[in-house]
Amino acid sequence: MKALLRFTPLALVLFASSVLAQGSAPEIAYDTNSTFLKWPEHIYMGEPAGVAADSKGHIFIYTRTGEENLTTGTSRTFVRGGSKLFEFEANGTYVREIGQDLYGFIRAERLRVDSQDFIWAVDSGSDMLMKFDQQGHIVMTFGRKPEAVDVPAMPPEYEPPPNPGRDPFGGRGVGSGELGDGLNRPSDVAFDSNGNIFIADGHGGTSNYRVIKFDKNGVFVKTWGNKGNGPGQFQWPSAIVIDAKNNLYVADKGNRRIQVFDDDGTFKTEYHNVGFPAAMCITPGAHQYIYVSNSNERTNLDNGEIYKMELDGTVVGRFGKAGKGPKEFGTVNSLDCRSENELTVGELLNWRVQKVTLHPGSGKSGN
Amino acid sequence: MKRCFGLVFAMAVFCLAGSTFGQGGVPARAAAFATTPDIPYEAVPNFFKIPDGLYLGEVLGVATDSKGHVFLYTRGNHTRLFEFEKDGKFMREIGDNLYAFEMAHGVRVDKNDNIWAVDEGTNMIVEFNQLGRVIFTLGSKPDSGKGWAFQTPKFNDPVPPAQPYIFNRPTDIAWDPQGNFFIADGYGNSRVAKYDKNGTFIKSVGEKGKAPGQLNLPHAIAADAAGNVYVGDRSNSRVQIFDDDLNLKKVVDNVGAPWAMCISGGPHQYLYVSNSNPDNNDSRMIAVSGEIYKMELDGTVIGKFGKPGKLPGEFATVHSLDCRNENEIYTAEITAWRAQKIILHPEKMAASSKAGN
Repeated sequence: MKALLRFTPLALVLFASSVLAQGSAPEIAYDTNSTFLKWPEHIYMGEPAGVAADSKGHIFIYTRTGEENLTTGTSRTFVRGGSKLFEFEANGTYVREIGQDLYGFIRAERLRVDSQDFIWAVDSGSDMLMKFDQQGHIVMTFGRKPEAVDVPAMPPEYEPPPNPGRDPFGGRGVGSGELGDGLNRPSDVAFDSNGNIFIADGHGGTSNYRVIKFDKNGVFVKTWGNKGNGPGQFQWPSAIVIDAKNNLYVADKGNRRIQVFDDDGTFKTEYHNVGFPAAMCITPGAHQYIYVSNSNERTNLDNGEIYKMELDGTVVGRFGKAGKGPKEFGTVNSLDCRSENELTVGELLNWRVQKVTLHPGSGKSGN
Repeated sequence: MKRCFGLVFAMAVFCLAGSTFGQGGVPARAAAFATTPDIPYEAVPNFFKIPDGLYLGEVLGVATDSKGHVFLYTRGNHTRLFEFEKDGKFMREIGDNLYAFEMAHGVRVDKNDNIWAVDEGTNMIVEFNQLGRVIFTLGSKPDSGKGWAFQTPKFNDPVPPAQPYIFNRPTDIAWDPQGNFFIADGYGNSRVAKYDKNGTFIKSVGEKGKAPGQLNLPHAIAADAAGNVYVGDRSNSRVQIFDDDLNLKKVVDNVGAPWAMCISGGPHQYLYVSNSNPDNNDSRMIAVSGEIYKMELDGTVIGKFGKPGKLPGEFATVHSLDCRNENEIYTAEITAWRAQKIILHPEKMAASSKAGN
C-alpha cells in the first residue's frame, strides 16, 4: 500500500507557483481554534481528508487513520482498512464512529452532508461513494471497490512506469467514455436543488478527468470532460460545489482554475485567480460566496491561503498561509462553510481540523 | 466481468464487450424478455435488521434453512457470515475470522440445515453445523507468506489443470437427493465437480469454451428433486442442464447471463435465473439487463420481475438467489451492499398472460 503513494504526487508538484490574485485581495482578519474536537482516548485522527457539518452543526470527519493491509487469497491481493468516519457535536463533543470496518473505507478523500443531512463519503481508494442516513446506515453506493489490487512483483529497484495505464489501486474507470459509475479515484460530490448528484471523478494520475451526473435515485444521466486544458476538459477535477441557481463550480486543480457549468454540463466560464484549487465550499443564504483553498503541496509550505470569492469569480478577500502553527494551514483538503464566517478546515499535512472564525468587519471583504 | 477485474483494466472492457455487446457495440436484451409476462412483486422494506455498528459490504450469498433463518455471506472489510431470524432480526455471526474466509462467493444450506460457504479467495468449501461449528472442509487455502503470492497473475497465465480436491475460485454448490454434491469451479477452472456425500471425488465435467458442455464461468449451480443439475454458464449467457451423472441434457440460452439461480421447494419446482446487471453499472448494460426469470424445469419461461437500480425493490447486481418458498425470493446484491426479501404475486398476473399453474 505504501508503494502506491509514489504514483500520485509526481505531476502535481509541477504546478505549484504563485498566484496573481493574492497581491490585490484584502486580508480578512480571523481566529482559529484547533483544539475544539474532543477526541476520546485511543482514537487518533490521522489525515482529515473530509470535513463537513450537518444542519444541526454536527461535524463529521472522514479521515485516513488506522492501518491499511493487504492480504492474499488465490494469488490475488486484497486491500482493506485505512479510513474511518467520526461524528462530533457542534461544540466538539465526540458522538460516535460511523461505518465501522466498512468495506469501502480505504482512502478517505472527501465528505459532504446534503440538504437532508445524508452523509456522503468519497473514497479514492475503493473508488466509491457511500451515502449514509442519519442513523449511520448505508442507503446508496456508487462505484465498486476493486475486488483485488494489482500488485506487481517488486524488486528493490522497482519503479512504476510513468503511465502505468491502470490506477495502482485497481480503479476500473476508463475515462470520460464510461457510461456509469465506474469511478476512478473520485474526489468530491455535490447536489443541485433537484437532488441530482454530481461526482468529480477524479483525482490523481490515471483518473477519469470528468464530472458525472446522476438523478436523485442514482440513475446515470450523463458524463462530460476528458483530460486537457480546454473548456470542459480537466486536469484532475478536485472539488465541486453548486450554487442556489444550480451552477456548478468545478475546481480543475491541475489547470489552476475553477470552471463553471450549468447543471446540464454546458461550460459557462472559468476563473484563474485562485491558484491551485484543492478544496472548496459554498455558503448558503441569499448572498452566496465560495471559499477556495490554494493549498500547499506536502512537499513545501508555499501558498496555503484561502480565498473568499463572489460567484462571478471576484475575489473579495483572503486569509491564512501554509504552515504548521496556529492560524496556518497544512495542505487543506476540505472546507466547510455552512456559516459564512465560521469555517471548518481539514488539513492533511498537520493532521488537524481547525475552526476558523472570520472577522470581515473592517469592510474590506464585501458583504 | 469480475473475472476480468483482476487483470489489466483495459482488458476488462474487452471482456465486457466480447461477451455482452452485439454487433456495433449495442447490447441486446435476453431473447425471452419481450415475450415474458411480468410477475407483480414487492420488496419488504428494511427486512434485515442490522445492529448499529455492524455493516454489510457487498452481499454475495444468501440462503435460508428449514426454519426460515436467513444467512448472508458478505464481503465487508473482512468476509463474514451472518445469520438472521425468520423475521429479519439479527442473530449472530458464524465463522468469525475464519481461516477460509477471504472473498465471499456463495452460501447454501443443505437438507440437514448445515450451512456451506464457498470462498473464492481461499478456494475453500466449508460446512458448518447448526451450532456454527466447522464440520467439513473441501479444498485448501494456498500458503501465504511467500513473496510470489503477492504477484497478481497475468492475463495470459495458463490455468493449471483442474485437480480433484483443489479449486480455482469456486463459485457455488448444490446437492442431489442422495446427498452427492456439485461444485461450480469456477473462475479459474471451467468445470463442475461431483462428490459423494462423504466428500469423495467422483468426476468432473467441463472445460473452457463455448461448445455444448463446455463452460465459460460456471457462476451458479442448482439441482432439482430428480437430481438434474442446472449450471449457470454466465459468460456464455446460458443455463446448461445436466443429469445427475453430469451428462448434458439441454441448453437454455434465452434468459441472458445467469449470475444467480435457485430452484424452489415443493412438489412443483421452478427455476429462477437472474440476468443481473453487471457490477460496473454501465448504463448500456443497465438498459438491457437486471431482470429475474421464473422458469419451468424444462426451460419454459413463465414470468419475469425486477429491473436494475439502487432503490429498494430494484436490483443492484444480484449475485445470489434463494427461493425455498416459491413466492418468497431473497436476493443478495453486490453493488448496493444489500440483501432484499421479495414477495411475488403471480396471482395478480394478467389472466391472459399467466402461465404455469
